[in-house]
Amino acid sequence: MSRLDVRKTYKLYIGGAFPRSESGHTYEVLDTQGRFLANAAKASRKDARDAVGAARKAFGGWSSRTPYNRGQILYRVAEMIEGRHDQFTADVVAAEGLTKAQATKVVDAAIDRWVWYAGWADKLAQVTGNANQVAGPFFNLSSPEPTGVVAVVAPADDSLLGLVSVVAPAIVSGNTVVVVTSYDRPLPAITLSEVLATSDLPGGVVNVLTGDATELGPWLAGHLDVNALDLTGVDGAEVAADLEAEAAVNLKRVLRPSSPDWTAEPSLTRMTAFLETKTVWHPVGV
Amino acid sequence: MTTTSSGIGSAADVLAVLRDLPGVDQVGLEARAAALSTRSIKKDAKRTAIDLAISMVDLTTLEGADTPGKVRSLAAKALRPDPTDPTCPQVAAVCVYPDLVATAREALGDAPIGVASVATAFPSGRAPLDVKITDTEYAVAAGASEIDMVIDRGAFLAGDLLKVAEEIVAVRAACERGDGTHAHLKVILETGELATYDAVRRASWLSMLAGADFIKTSTGKVSPAATLPVTLLMLEAVRDYRDATGRQVGVKPAGGIRTTKDAIKYLVTVNETAGLDWMTPTWFRFGASSLLNDLLMQRQKLETGRYSGADYVTID
Amino acid sequence: MADHMVPPTPLEYAPAPESRSIVDLEPSYGLFIDGAFTDGTDGGTFKTVNPATEEVLAEVTEATPADVDLAVAAARRAFRSWSRMPGRERAKYLYRIARIIAERSRELAVLESLDNGKPIKESRDVDVPLVSQWFFYYAGWADKLSYAGAGPNPRPLGVAAQVIPWNFPLLMLSWKIAPALAAGNTVVLKPAETTPLTALLFAEICQQADLPPGVVNIVTGAGATGEALVSHPDVDKVAFTGSTDVGRSIARAVAGTEKKLTLELGGKAANIVFDDAPMDQAIEGIVSGIFFNQGHVCCAGSRLLVQENVYDEVMERLKRRMTTLRVGDPLDKNTDIGAINSREQLQRITALAEVGDAEGAERWSPPCELPSSGFWYAPTVFTGVTQAHRIAREEIFGPVLSVLTFRTPDEAIAKANNTPYGLSAGVWTEKGSRILAMADRLRAGVVWANTFNKFDPASPFGGYKESGYGREGGKQGLAAYLQEGEGQ
Repeated sequence: MSRLDVRKTYKLYIGGAFPRSESGHTYEVLDTQGRFLANAAKASRKDARDAVGAARKAFGGWSSRTPYNRGQILYRVAEMIEGRHDQFTADVVAAEGLTKAQATKVVDAAIDRWVWYAGWADKLAQVTGNANQVAGPFFNLSSPEPTGVVAVVAPADDSLLGLVSVVAPAIVSGNTVVVVTSYDRPLPAITLSEVLATSDLPGGVVNVLTGDATELGPWLAGHLDVNALDLTGVDGAEVAADLEAEAAVNLKRVLRPSSPDWTAEPSLTRMTAFLETKTVWHPVGV
Repeated sequence: MTTTSSGIGSAADVLAVLRDLPGVDQVGLEARAAALSTRSIKKDAKRTAIDLAISMVDLTTLEGADTPGKVRSLAAKALRPDPTDPTCPQVAAVCVYPDLVATAREALGDAPIGVASVATAFPSGRAPLDVKITDTEYAVAAGASEIDMVIDRGAFLAGDLLKVAEEIVAVRAACERGDGTHAHLKVILETGELATYDAVRRASWLSMLAGADFIKTSTGKVSPAATLPVTLLMLEAVRDYRDATGRQVGVKPAGGIRTTKDAIKYLVTVNETAGLDWMTPTWFRFGASSLLNDLLMQRQKLETGRYSGADYVTID
Repeated sequence: MADHMVPPTPLEYAPAPESRSIVDLEPSYGLFIDGAFTDGTDGGTFKTVNPATEEVLAEVTEATPADVDLAVAAARRAFRSWSRMPGRERAKYLYRIARIIAERSRELAVLESLDNGKPIKESRDVDVPLVSQWFFYYAGWADKLSYAGAGPNPRPLGVAAQVIPWNFPLLMLSWKIAPALAAGNTVVLKPAETTPLTALLFAEICQQADLPPGVVNIVTGAGATGEALVSHPDVDKVAFTGSTDVGRSIARAVAGTEKKLTLELGGKAANIVFDDAPMDQAIEGIVSGIFFNQGHVCCAGSRLLVQENVYDEVMERLKRRMTTLRVGDPLDKNTDIGAINSREQLQRITALAEVGDAEGAERWSPPCELPSSGFWYAPTVFTGVTQAHRIAREEIFGPVLSVLTFRTPDEAIAKANNTPYGLSAGVWTEKGSRILAMADRLRAGVVWANTFNKFDPASPFGGYKESGYGREGGKQGLAAYLQEGEGQ
């Protein structure tokens, strides 16, 4: 008799731990051929709330790390993804219906994307900050700071490269993230969670919710302890408009839906969308 | 614990007081002075201010070429600043070198005008203490009612604050007349040589703790002399010192104040910083010479409605 | 001490009013659309008053949605040529405007004080010089946009709808119009209904500068006009400065559209004074932090956080300083605190201050005589305030200071950040490393260390959290009016 494999239980990733949904709900994840892949945890609004709590708790520490340290940790994540290259490839094959060769390229791109963002950690301030020469005896410096807790609706189709391309730019500057994964293709995100948990990334910096963005979205958009909302993966103009309107409750910074070519080299936009400019004045005198 | 020879408190206490003084932010201080100087003083307020300023002038001549004739001329001007107008107030004092004190006193007669004498090896102060004391005693004996001494800036900058204090105490003692009264002691900080406002605040407190009746900005021989920010700072110091000790000390900006407009800025600053109690020649003076004629011309303008000219005020 | 003591002479400042003859007020004003003043489509008007006297200054046209349509259409037409005009030519128009503002500065200052109620020394020495400087600064950007951070081929957004408040009428206009025009956008701007006059004088300045018609359009009116403007379908960009509540509704209104949005909203700034502060300057900073412009300042230092061990000293010094504040005629050159901008605002201030009384905070004002007509509020300080008091949480937007204490830097930070707002903050200490640590940890867009309420066109300004998003001033302010173009 051939050996029966040990299957994985797919869970949420909140505050560095892997809980089941508090609701006890799961949903069936199928591959692109309609075959059963797994039962994923179906995150509830309370899971979303817990994730926001974990992200807020992690924000102070993560944002006050030195950028060099954040860069190193992100690079470490890339190393860990690379180490699980085969698993990610298999995930992407199953999730997106690509050939192995195509999936390999996607995983390569995702790793390279993560490394690209990792390198930005200690350069963002130099590129987006500035010394301001004001008309008076004052030192005046503008520097970028993270906005806070960012809720992200990850792209629905590009379940790995898209996910990486929205999570990395948010956290590299010191934000913490609650990300709602692709509903239909959550497995690469779950594997990424396992990578994040075993890298040096502090718990709560990235919180991964598998589940229905249309159900979770309004709770995240309306949550008063969320500072920004990335609607990239939201499907449907009306849903997006409603979420954006709801996000106005505490003036969240909102990144509207888009479906860019994820293989193209990004601009700074996804990082600057979740940065605040802080300007400090001080008199110059003896 | 060491104590100063003067009994102004233990040396450690004095130094602790100076160390605890709040810092001065240069930009903020200068901005406040600039804001005060935008006050617009018109009509009756201007008339009041001009007469008050005239009454606060220490009419000064401190030249190597000073002679008895020059000093008598100065005294005449002090007595009758505007000979055409008997309502014009007299100045507070004339200010001269020690050897001309007697001349000045004689020329002023019984008028309620003080004779201030610079002393203590003015303006540099670079002489042994006993010379400074002799200088002071000579001026007091000759009839000086006020002594304008200089601090030892070298000692101050070298960090020997106690030496500075002890000299002030010694000079203050030399101001005693023996009848229980004393010539009033103005201590010149020479702020232009102290370089920072923090140093000016420390020097102000040091002087007051050592017994100064007045703190004065400058000798007039160093640039910059009096400025509005430095005077503002010294007014804050005398205000805070009175709050802390109950003793009132006067302030005298000297040097560089030439126009009525400038003088009014100083009066506004007195008014809004130290307050009404200092709005008197008893507690605020201008060390100046050319200022007086500008005040007089502005006074004439207010009387006649016409701009006056240099030929309508007297030279001294 | 003198041999004869001379009693003090009080110096009572005589009135020193700036002449208003320099301002030539029309009895009524139209809208400025497509380079010309026009009557509104339905003839509706409203009055703008001098808040210091309640005298009606002029009648102003109430723009209808149809008027807004015309203005947006004019801006859209003008956009084609304005956006394609070489940057160096756009720059020259902006330089011209900067110069004309400087030339007509006294007239603008007097008019601003008349319509707004702010002291002439502020409109003359702060507002109007900054307005000219703002245009001069952004003029220089117009032909350097590829260095602005939006890629090598940045493009303007299109037509900008701009709605500004009444607290700095002309200055807010310059913050909005100068970067928008430099970047190649055209604008429709709505000044606040209580302070439309300097914007209309600015329209005349645009005419003097020969600015092409339609590049700047000014529509006057109240909330409905503003709503019509920001929700107009042919607008590409919305920029608003004002209350957080209105900002929220604008954010909802643009949700689901392609419009770009920047918001500069309310604040409840902490001004933190440590025991080693440069004390006299800190007192000045507290005073200018809350009493500058009658406290009608979104970044006002309305929450004073004093280290408990110097609380008594700070309060004594602050109260003494407050007794020298001169409240009265805005046109008097010696006035420090002018009129409250409107009856409505006065009622709001009064109501919130009464909440302070009711909540048990202790109120103090220096003795000061307020004029009998017009809208006035004495400079006021509330002590015994905690984070649980409404006057420590809600923006009063008036000359009312709430004083709280703290014991440690951590407590100061926690209290300072304990607000939905995040616009500005102040720190007073002579210790350099502490300044930097505090500045790092304060969640606010502008941190003034050992100074307060300083503004400069080169310095980005704007808030965190519910104080809005986007920055005005500097390179960042320009980015709010640019998008990345093709060929990156």
